[in-house]
Amino acid sequence: MSIVRKLLAAAAVTAALVATPAMAEPVKIALVVKSLGNGFFDAANKGAQEAAKEIGDVEVIYTGPTSATAEGQIEIINSLIAQQVDAIAISANDPDALVPALKKAMDRGITVISWDSGVAPEGREMHLNPSDTDLIGETIIKLAADYLPEGGDVAILSASSTATNQNAWIEAAKKVLPEKFPNINLVAVVYGDDDSVKSTNEAKGLIASYPDLKAIIAPTTVGVVAAAQVVTDQNLIGKINVTGLALPSEFKKFIDNGASQAVALWNPIDLGYSAVYLAHQLATDKAEAKPGAKLSIGRVGEVTLDDTNAAAMAAPFQFDKSNIEEFSKIY
Amino acid sequence: MTTDTARHIPDRLDSPFRSAVFSWEMLLVLVAIAIFVINSIASPYFLNAWSLSDLTFNFTEKGLIALAMAMLIIAGEIDLSVAAIIALASTLMGMALQAEADTPTLVLIGVGVGLLCGAFNGVLVTRLGLPSIVVTIGTMSLFRGVAYIILGDQAYKGYPESFAFFGQGYVGWVISFELVLFLVAALVFWFLLHRTSFGRTVFAIGNNPIAAAFSGVRVERVKFILFCLTGLMSGIAAVLITSRLGSTRPSIAQGYELEVITMVVLGGVNILGGAGSILGVVLAAVIMGLVTFGLGLMNVPGIVMSIFIGLLLIVVIALPIIWNRLRERSA
Repeated sequence: MSIVRKLLAAAAVTAALVATPAMAEPVKIALVVKSLGNGFFDAANKGAQEAAKEIGDVEVIYTGPTSATAEGQIEIINSLIAQQVDAIAISANDPDALVPALKKAMDRGITVISWDSGVAPEGREMHLNPSDTDLIGETIIKLAADYLPEGGDVAILSASSTATNQNAWIEAAKKVLPEKFPNINLVAVVYGDDDSVKSTNEAKGLIASYPDLKAIIAPTTVGVVAAAQVVTDQNLIGKINVTGLALPSEFKKFIDNGASQAVALWNPIDLGYSAVYLAHQLATDKAEAKPGAKLSIGRVGEVTLDDTNAAAMAAPFQFDKSNIEEFSKIY
Repeated sequence: MTTDTARHIPDRLDSPFRSAVFSWEMLLVLVAIAIFVINSIASPYFLNAWSLSDLTFNFTEKGLIALAMAMLIIAGEIDLSVAAIIALASTLMGMALQAEADTPTLVLIGVGVGLLCGAFNGVLVTRLGLPSIVVTIGTMSLFRGVAYIILGDQAYKGYPESFAFFGQGYVGWVISFELVLFLVAALVFWFLLHRTSFGRTVFAIGNNPIAAAFSGVRVERVKFILFCLTGLMSGIAAVLITSRLGSTRPSIAQGYELEVITMVVLGGVNILGGAGSILGVVLAAVIMGLVTFGLGLMNVPGIVMSIFIGLLLIVVIALPIIWNRLRERSA
């Protein structure tokens, strides 16, 4: 019997501990991710906690299912509704299957936004994309141009020729070239199909065909590693700069050895920070999500909502010698 | 338990009162009450009509399948393809939706496809004499594979408003349609297993299929019917979950088969066949719902939650065995 009594006492103490912070009535914002145990989302949580601290009186609940399923996220949404959280900011495993559950949340007065991976418009108030096509297109050229003050020949090593994302980014890059980077000369676009071997061969082909090549831009995480490896193997470090979109953890060694000056990718910390910042403003009625609205995202800047209430956070975040060490540990 | 009585036959059976008190079901009732009390103490949001209503959605769909699965396992067979049947049934409902099928037709297709898939499993096991675990591992990949071929990375959506009732509708106040359906199905299965001659033959087959056959039981026919029933319940679950998600993706209900089997085993059904009760399975379903929802309310990460479920399963299974050992030693 005494064990039972002890257990009850322990449970009561726990309940008291759980209940105490609720007295202060902070704004409760749930950061729901695709799955836990993923470095990208853990980094987003870091940003979310930073935003909570900065705003003050905000409690961030970081949660997600074990496996990346819509069903798992729905169970979590149901428990968040029961806890009467003020806002849910979700990176969705399925844009459609979550809509009924999130609609229910909104019916019960909870602010719902999606970030990173979106929910269909009827299931959220707004969506925050990490970046957008034009910003990415401009960034990949800028990454090369920043280290070519006198201009020169550059080439793009893309994924497959049918990859929708990459093609859109390359189009955007071509558009900004004449106005913003007049002395950068794009000599070729080749396709490595996101295959290491094919990307390596294409990179070798570029180096052989264009002796004056100053930079290879690979807007794909597979291509950028292959190209940097070729430049390293052929002792062209310092002569050809490899850049593009890369995962810091995979790419760190090429920043370290000088094959690349800088690469870029979405910054999960800023993403989590911005998601919480936006959710807080919408939940406390300091802002309203409607097409054309301009919303502040604190230290990251400002976003403008488009026709579907979606917004792009910022240009891809740049990684170079100064910060690659830190970010390579995150993702 | 059955295995014990087979080894040493007592002079007289326990009185009905004594066997009820020391039954597996009583243990489950106590576990359920304990978890309910702990949840109520640990979270201020638990004791709320809507919370308790949302909680039932965590187990109703899987519970429906568990009812049929329990009978199948009691008869010494198993079906690992139930989640894949949901995926295929849901996908074909989506295809019918594209052809502008109305709600009754959609339901008919979902349930019908489930029944056919179950019959397919049944034919392979009973006509070809293959082990059910092998057959259903095969059909698990087959059914879901077909769903993936049809849908790829696409989704079917836009189910009619009237269709949403099955997975999102309420019969009255907070009593959902899913819960009512589960309770009615539980009554039907209880009657079928414990009050009909068909139910007696299921136990007979599980204990000794050869003896059952010599006693005039048409073993293969009963097994075939049980596979059809399991398929049928999976088809019904497919209708509910598709309605609840309002969309279909080939990854729907991923991993449900193991959760269903966990419910059945937790419910006291002997995994080797021959013993078990519907009441136990219903209680196990409720316990799983209480545990997952309760932990969700405390924002326990999904990874920790699966550890809890695993521990619960081991403890509940081990407890009576340890108890019996101690009793034998002291006797």
